[in-house]
Amino acid sequence: MADQELIEKVRAMVGREYGRVYAWDKVNAPMIRHWCEVMGVSNPLYTDPAFARDAGFADVVAPPAMLQVWCMAGLDMENYPPGSTDENNFEVLKVIEPYGYPAVVAVNSDLYFDRHILAGERLYFTSKVDSVSDEKTTPLGTGFFVTVLMAYFSETAEGKPDEPVGKQLFRVFKFKPAQRPKAEEKPAGKAEKPAAKRPLPGISDDTRFFWEGCEAGKLLIQRCTGCQTLRHPPAPVCAKCHAFDWDTVEASGKAELYSFVVMHYPEVPPFDYPNPIGLIELDEGVRLIAGLVGIERDELKIGQRLQVEFERFDDQQTLPQFRPVAE
Amino acid sequence: MSDSLLSGKAAIAGLGATEFSKNSGRTELRLAMEATLAALADAGIDPKDVDGFSSYSVDKVPEYEIARLLGCDNVQFFSQVPHGGGAACGPVMHAAMAVATGVAKTVVVYRAMNERSWYRFGTGSYGFASSPIFDNVNYGWYMPHGFHTPAAWVGMFAQRYMHTYGATSEDFGRVAVAVRDFAATNPAAFFYEKPITLEEHQNSRWICEPLHLLDCCQESDGAVAMVITSVERARDLKQKPVIIKGASQGIADGQQSMTSFYRDDITGLPEMGVVAKEIYRQSGLGPDAIQTAVIYDHFTPFVLPQLEEFGFAERGEAKEFIRAGHHARGGKLPINTHGGQLGEAYIHGMNGIAEAVRQVRGSAVNQVDNVENVLVTAGTGVPTSGLILGEA
Repeated sequence: MADQELIEKVRAMVGREYGRVYAWDKVNAPMIRHWCEVMGVSNPLYTDPAFARDAGFADVVAPPAMLQVWCMAGLDMENYPPGSTDENNFEVLKVIEPYGYPAVVAVNSDLYFDRHILAGERLYFTSKVDSVSDEKTTPLGTGFFVTVLMAYFSETAEGKPDEPVGKQLFRVFKFKPAQRPKAEEKPAGKAEKPAAKRPLPGISDDTRFFWEGCEAGKLLIQRCTGCQTLRHPPAPVCAKCHAFDWDTVEASGKAELYSFVVMHYPEVPPFDYPNPIGLIELDEGVRLIAGLVGIERDELKIGQRLQVEFERFDDQQTLPQFRPVAE
Repeated sequence: MSDSLLSGKAAIAGLGATEFSKNSGRTELRLAMEATLAALADAGIDPKDVDGFSSYSVDKVPEYEIARLLGCDNVQFFSQVPHGGGAACGPVMHAAMAVATGVAKTVVVYRAMNERSWYRFGTGSYGFASSPIFDNVNYGWYMPHGFHTPAAWVGMFAQRYMHTYGATSEDFGRVAVAVRDFAATNPAAFFYEKPITLEEHQNSRWICEPLHLLDCCQESDGAVAMVITSVERARDLKQKPVIIKGASQGIADGQQSMTSFYRDDITGLPEMGVVAKEIYRQSGLGPDAIQTAVIYDHFTPFVLPQLEEFGFAERGEAKEFIRAGHHARGGKLPINTHGGQLGEAYIHGMNGIAEAVRQVRGSAVNQVDNVENVLVTAGTGVPTSGLILGEA
């Protein structure tokens, strides 16, 4: 559920207008030619002045799809020509971000053309916040679609109104990413494989406390407030008395090895092999599965005393692990 | 026979199968159709007469497509039982219930998968995500630790069983050696003419301690189908009727799927106890009335507690039963005479039901003498099922 204050703030920004952003260079034949070569465009209207003149134009014509190109900042970000506004036409994203929506992705862009643009013209655009959607959830995450409309003009001689040449609608999604393996977020076709990470657990309202406890370095056990029974794995209701109310207690972390395996095959990244895994019986009486660390082969025996510790993996999850301790 | 409404009402009248391999080279639908048409031909039933279907997860071949290709125009019953190999006997039970109640007259039960060439079950990567649906949350207790293969989940129970009762890896090995001995004389088995020794078992590499490679079945492609109809009708068909005398599914206290680690005691298989009690009750039979059994053996360790749950050995004493060779060729309860899933193929239990049918018919390659009743169990460590099949 989006914050009401945020919704009011962004609603108030819809319709806001931003000043001119100028082109560094006039529309010109070399840039057109480079663009056409890169894009594989071979229309002589764009590159052959004689052909363009025969077609009734005073000079070569810029490909319409270059509309956005003319007023781009260049190699350095936010480096616009003198006279350009220093306002940020996407400032609404900065307003949304602190409410817990760190990620952004471009969604779509539509171009509209009023007329051909010819070499020699100088362009600029002004912007307007066209719309901000309600909070939406997509496979990427939850957030807002923000649409900004940029209107392009060609400067004319002093005293005459500048001429509109086209528009660009640009829509982005400003969102809180859905939790999922990082690998999926990498764009397809990247040469290097992303380093494998440990799978993330599914977390539900019934189990979130456990994982948040791990992040805080605490091993929390769910307790039925009806009959005081401790339980793991957590569940929404007590299997003994069927009470739905529960709280948690922090485990001492002292435990005993109830059973174990040592995994050898298949070797699945990022895990180290052999990989010893314990079925751990906490002194409080419940069991859980966890990795065993710092354990020698002769300590791998049922009844071995253990102590919990926490390790953070891949900068995204903290897991309990158990290490042998003396009796 | 008991007063059960199910026992003795339905029979397996036809049996069909493809070859078992690591790469069938054809679609699962084709495998399903080959096995189904073979089963119907075996029974002498016109394919158009089929009016019911049952299979089990994670079979991807839909019954409606089989129905369409058989030319069925009046299908009144269909079901798919969850829990993979644990379901194996479930479709036979569902079919028998449908026949016993008159909901359907001719039910095809099938399993068709390119499990080895298209999927693989033991990769450790199953596409679990972090959204809060139950499976993701449930397996979230294991996946982040890399505790992610069936062999590992079984191993956790096995280690405790060994500790509690003094069973050893060699006892597990004796199970593997005996079923591979049967496979060695079964031309349909993947390991035909490839017996193993206990020494080879002990020297095979670790998959997940305490499980060696030779404690684990091979993944397989293939299909098995059977036709179930009323006992009365089966008598008039081509084959000797194989009577469904007992059929049950089982979930017990503290049940999870492969991860019931939180029970007071993890050395038993109480869901098998549920099945045992019910199928003995339905059939009026006990362990002494069983001449041979198909005991689910995707991994060797769970064979031992199954022998205990079904009353062939006292709790914790299956190792003595095994050490005495009672489970092997010539023993008092030869198990998995087709070679089991360890030796014939891993068709998730359906090939074991097929072997039970052949043992009752008297047509098994490793035929046991004087078979009247055969016990069949399904996947262990998960919600499960079982059958007693026998002569009329």
